[in-house]
Amino acid sequence: MTATIVERIEDKLYQNRYLVDTGRPHIKVRAHLSPSPNLLALTKICPAKCYELNDTGQVEIVADGCMECGTCRVLCEANGDIEWNYPRGGFGILFKFG
Amino acid sequence: MSEEKFDAIVVGAGMSGNAAAYTMASHGLRVLQLERGEYPGSKNVQGAILYANMLETIIPDFRDDAPLERHLVEQRFWIMDDTSHTGMHYRSDDFNERRPNRYTIIRAQFDKWFSCKVREAGGTVLCETTATKLARDSSGKVIGVHTDRAGDVILADVVVLAEGVNGLLGTRAGLREMPKPENVALAVKEMHFLPEEVIAERFGLTEDEGCVIEAGGTISRGITGLGFLYTNRESISLGIGCLVSGLAETMEKPYALLDAFKRHPSIRPLLAGSEVKEYAAHLIPEGGFKAIPQLFGDGWVVVGDAAQLNNAVHREGSNLAMASGRIAGESIFRIKCRGGSMTKQNLSLYKSMLDKSFVMKDLMKHKDMPALLHTNCQSFFTTYPKLISQAAQNFVRVDGTPKIEREKATTAAFIKARSRWGLVSDAIRLAFAWR
Repeated sequence: MTATIVERIEDKLYQNRYLVDTGRPHIKVRAHLSPSPNLLALTKICPAKCYELNDTGQVEIVADGCMECGTCRVLCEANGDIEWNYPRGGFGILFKFG
Repeated sequence: MSEEKFDAIVVGAGMSGNAAAYTMASHGLRVLQLERGEYPGSKNVQGAILYANMLETIIPDFRDDAPLERHLVEQRFWIMDDTSHTGMHYRSDDFNERRPNRYTIIRAQFDKWFSCKVREAGGTVLCETTATKLARDSSGKVIGVHTDRAGDVILADVVVLAEGVNGLLGTRAGLREMPKPENVALAVKEMHFLPEEVIAERFGLTEDEGCVIEAGGTISRGITGLGFLYTNRESISLGIGCLVSGLAETMEKPYALLDAFKRHPSIRPLLAGSEVKEYAAHLIPEGGFKAIPQLFGDGWVVVGDAAQLNNAVHREGSNLAMASGRIAGESIFRIKCRGGSMTKQNLSLYKSMLDKSFVMKDLMKHKDMPALLHTNCQSFFTTYPKLISQAAQNFVRVDGTPKIEREKATTAAFIKARSRWGLVSDAIRLAFAWR
């Protein structure tokens, strides 16, 4: 088997253009003791890797690299795991090609 | 702005929103279009292929100035396993016609152009404005929208929800359900830049001819999904889309799937030396006919991806979006002409016009396909691709084994993997879903 070298997601996101609305994250994770399966899944399947497990086993989000696809909303808004909004007008991802 | 009342507010400046806004504005209606991005297209993602016919119905001479990349002369369908692809290629000089049928486009550029047409037709386009909530009167009729700009509600006779697959307004207001994880695919895509002549040479193209590859198989690791490669003028759009439910079950990382697709021995040489300039992600509605929500109500209609209007089998989304936007715009204009108000009853004209169009007919035809592919994803995306690759290799490789033995081995492999009954049953179910 050939060695698997997966590119770092940070390098991919670095190509993109964002206007971050500092101090006003558009997605919030509700406080929890242990994450639901869907919330846990986001640490893997979020395409911008916005969700990560912290040292004490909770899921945290840094939404700066978010591409506003809505995957996390589809999985986790209905059960209240997350609170989802679009960024304010003009902020967030700005696709050059789309 | 809060003082005046518009004939229609269109939420979103994608394909369906632009089609609706253009149609209404060019008929003389007073249209306000809201777009949350910095410019129209800045939030929109697609593969992307433009089907000329649908746009031609709206803007007949679009070829004069629309930003088009390449017109397609060749389509490749690939079934892939980890080291091979078995393909069908269709290429025809017939596609080198005076008014080509399909083009690759870059959405950020195309949508900007389309939006200019809306303005030229007299529509008002307001960017950097996120619509946050529908405004309704005491009877529940939609009468306008709230935005994140200072000021009161903006009023209109009708609101066209062209807010995309992940639209908040309609779902928040309870007009339709949030898409279910099994009804949406997450697509991730990269833009690979290469000199124009390198792309032409690698794909055997001249001038603005284009080629597309659609690929299914083990690249989606048993999840219902599809990879794609589209040639633009001086870039290649490469992506893979997989059902969100499948990703959540398997915990596969979408960008790892894309990387593996990129490194596949059949794809890698096509991209060699390219410079990646953007990485994008977007949801695609995949639920088909059965996932279509209520399309109209008192003071509102929903169009495009927000209405789940996507033909996943034929990979047609933006043309259904354009068609539904245009039809919504025309139905609103007709109601207006006869002095009608935008009641649920009157707006049912939109649904009946849509039912008569190819949009609903095509979706109806393939209504059982999403469920079939979803419930048999291991067979269709792992087992069969591997078997097909083995069969092709058995056929091609020459090593002194008698042909009869090779053919027997191929048949035995299929039966072992799916059983005789399983093979017949898969074939019948596929045929019925396609019918």
